[in-house]
Amino acid sequence: MNAANYLYVSALLFTIGAVGVVVRRNAIVVFMCVELMLNAANLAFVTFARINGSIDGQIMAFFTMVVAACEVVVGLAIIVTIYRSRRSASVDDASLLKR
Amino acid sequence: MQINNGLVYLIALPLAGAIILLLAGRLADKWGHIFATLMSASSFAVGLLQLSQMLARPAEERAVEQKLFEWISVGSFQVDAGLLLDQLSICFVLLITGVGTLIHIYSISYMSHDKDRRRFFAYLNLFIAAMLLLVLGNSFLNLYVGWEGVGLASYLLIGFWNQKPAYATASKKAFIMNRVGDMGLSFAIMIAFASLGTVSFSGVKEAVPQASTASLTAIGIMLLVAAVGKSAQFPLQAWLGDAMAGPTPVSALIHAATMVTAGVYLITRSNFIFDAAPTAQLLVVIVGAITLLFGAIIGTAKDDIKKALAASTMSQIGYMILGAGLGPVGYAFAIMHLITHGFFKAGMFLGAGSVMHGMDDEVNMRKYGNLRKFMPITFVTFGLGYLAILGVPPFAGFYSKDMIIETAFNAGGIKGILLGSAALLGAGLTAFYMTRVMILTFTGTPRWDEKADPHESPILMWLPMVILAIGSVTSGFLLSRGDALVHWLEPLFAEHGEHEELLKPIVVTSLALLMVAIGVAIAFLKYSRSEVSRTAPEDVSILTKIVRRDLLQDDFNEALFMRPGQALTSTLVKTDEIVIDGAVRGIGSAALSSAGALRASQTGFVRSYAALILIGAVALVAAIWVVTK
Amino acid sequence: MIDLAISVGQTGTPEAVMFWILGPMAVLSALGMLLVKKAVHSAILLAWVMIILAIFYIAQDAVFLGIVQVVVYTGAVMMLFLFILMLVGVDSSDSLTETIPGLRAIAITAAVGFGGLMVSLIARASIGREMVGLTVANLDGNVQSIAKKLFSTYVWPFEVVSALLITAALGAMVLAHHQRTILRPTQREQAINRFRSGSLASAAGLPGPGVFARHNAVDVPALLPDGSAAPSSISATLKARGDVIDSRKFELGEVDTSVEEEK
Repeated sequence: MNAANYLYVSALLFTIGAVGVVVRRNAIVVFMCVELMLNAANLAFVTFARINGSIDGQIMAFFTMVVAACEVVVGLAIIVTIYRSRRSASVDDASLLKR
Repeated sequence: MQINNGLVYLIALPLAGAIILLLAGRLADKWGHIFATLMSASSFAVGLLQLSQMLARPAEERAVEQKLFEWISVGSFQVDAGLLLDQLSICFVLLITGVGTLIHIYSISYMSHDKDRRRFFAYLNLFIAAMLLLVLGNSFLNLYVGWEGVGLASYLLIGFWNQKPAYATASKKAFIMNRVGDMGLSFAIMIAFASLGTVSFSGVKEAVPQASTASLTAIGIMLLVAAVGKSAQFPLQAWLGDAMAGPTPVSALIHAATMVTAGVYLITRSNFIFDAAPTAQLLVVIVGAITLLFGAIIGTAKDDIKKALAASTMSQIGYMILGAGLGPVGYAFAIMHLITHGFFKAGMFLGAGSVMHGMDDEVNMRKYGNLRKFMPITFVTFGLGYLAILGVPPFAGFYSKDMIIETAFNAGGIKGILLGSAALLGAGLTAFYMTRVMILTFTGTPRWDEKADPHESPILMWLPMVILAIGSVTSGFLLSRGDALVHWLEPLFAEHGEHEELLKPIVVTSLALLMVAIGVAIAFLKYSRSEVSRTAPEDVSILTKIVRRDLLQDDFNEALFMRPGQALTSTLVKTDEIVIDGAVRGIGSAALSSAGALRASQTGFVRSYAALILIGAVALVAAIWVVTK
Repeated sequence: MIDLAISVGQTGTPEAVMFWILGPMAVLSALGMLLVKKAVHSAILLAWVMIILAIFYIAQDAVFLGIVQVVVYTGAVMMLFLFILMLVGVDSSDSLTETIPGLRAIAITAAVGFGGLMVSLIARASIGREMVGLTVANLDGNVQSIAKKLFSTYVWPFEVVSALLITAALGAMVLAHHQRTILRPTQREQAINRFRSGSLASAAGLPGPGVFARHNAVDVPALLPDGSAAPSSISATLKARGDVIDSRKFELGEVDTSVEEEK
């Protein structure tokens, strides 16, 4: 089997995640889709590491995980804050920017 | 060349007068006229001092220079603000300050009832300063500053009574027509710098032998354009008649004695260029000959005494230009005629002013008559000026005008005959229209209006007239005695070989006097024998009507320049409205509508922004896809 | 399980088998995550995708990452997600109808374009590429080689990332911190309020839910003396979720046998 297949899976997962960010309205689901995109990228990193015989790809994936963890912490805190004031987790409700 | 740091006072004194009077405002109303006259007189005194110093030096060292400051220093373009006083400029300096001072004195009385007398004197001083800068500048560029300065002063003084729209229009007309000439001067300066690399008189004079004839001809023609504009020569002559809207002293000083002769000065000063550019020189004499006839013909039909004199001025300057165009042999005669003309024409203008003073500012000669009984001094001084302009010996005009006619005949070939004949004919016409002026004004039966109260003017007015009349009588004789002026100016001009004489001087003189006699006789027959009507007769030939309309000069200008100009302007206005404004408004509304369209993309929804990011990512990947193909 | 994954990944064919089973499953789960209505289901599907990815990592000689993926992602992060979901409304289900016109079409078109381009790019880039494999790099063991790199070449980013983590933790705390604007009522005050309010009915506390023996009665409202249901006896969460059962089904005398049959 060709290792590039992992890359195809990675690309598809990334695309699905991107669509999810655009299409879903629940902020938490949007966040999960972002996580999915990050994971897809990680899969690509790991696969690159394997293909190139270098451990650096895995290090990158590791860093991505750390950053993703940070992002989730802050992002969920923001969601909670918004929810507290608006009683809604829909990203469409936070659309004051246009006015 | 010697340095003399006193030259600047010539200009600084009247300039200070102008500045002080203009800035002091009404504070200076009480003493402004005296102060201005003093400034002008002290400038004249400085001029006399300079003359005495100059006379003490040998002929080759008479010219002195003063560098005021470094004016322009750009690359190879170096111009200092510097003054040059040589034999030519001293003539002008004395004429300007001398006649100017006399006219200041005259104006004290003449303008005494005008509430803006102080402003008038400020402008007069400004004019004196600018005119002195014009004749003292040591480069074309410095001359140009003075040139514009006198244009400004002329504009301000013609429109001095600008509460009358016609006068304001006259001043604008003079200003605009002068601009055409000024453009010629600026072009001449630019061409001089481009082809000769310098604009100073001395530099240009040195560069002339190496320069190409083409560029010299171009400079010469452009200088001629400048002279034509400033000196009201054909074809830029139309403004001078209207310039008589200004107070009469202004007409005497600016539009008879000094400013309008600046063109003659320019050509004489640039003699080295014209000597090397025969084509330009030929154009100069053609312009001079046409104008002297043109002015004389217009003068025959004028009923307005000032306009008749203005036409005469135009014609006399035509003589000077003609003389200056005849080359080294003619320059001195042109200058001589300029000086004598300065005396007699200024005197006659002041006389006209004096007449108007007594006749309730009436300028129509048909409403004068028999004034010699009431204004004896005016009559005598005016009469002396009249004899001088006619060229009756031994009055001033005889010496100067006769020499020009003679020189014109000696120009050689058909050219000489044509020019000489034109000059002779001009002399005859001059005799006719000046005699007409004399007869209509001073003899015959009174045809006054009720309000007229003819009386002799006060001493402050007639004294300058007397002094100028003395000048009109003696200046010609004094200047030509032993060729005094010719020798005086000799160092400035190129050597001229002996010309074969087409006609003996005595023949020319006789012919000229004959023409004058004929002109006088015709005028006597026409105006002295029969009663003059108070209004101009209407049943006259078409030629007379054309001459009354100034030989259609205004119609010509209107048809050729004004109407097309107006059409062009309205077209441009429309273009501006439709194209330029349309473009501007179009951009505005396009921005507005595109902004409105783009605004729709700003929904405020995070998800639509995310969609935009996604589209951007697609574009990026597509770009990579294309690039790595 | 982990051993199995390693042994599967080490040979070509077992890995291919694993991939062709788990790969489509991951993609389908991800798609499902988009399509399900409830956020909780999305979270569970995402967790499943992440576990599959962990297996993929281990299969690709990234043992350390695989473990971390399970521990950090499926363990910590997903639990965080679920926790927040519980907090902000596990009871709500999203409507999947699009409210912004055209957005869905744009998103899908763009996604198809993006995915297509990516796949074609990967295909183009991987043609004729030999896979090196990590056998040499992992000679000392995967964890050891990662540690060597991490604490030598990448020590500076590592430190920076630690700072980022601390900052993020602090930021989350600041965001979540809620400043009270009024004093929280004490128990004593609450008791006093209960007795002094309009009716003494509130003094006794809210009624409990129905206690019909035939059903777990938490989701059935209690009956008032007049026979009508008491809405205040049911938890608001159950009401919002739509999980309340009508008490009339359980009224004596006309026992609805259909309930029995449903079971």
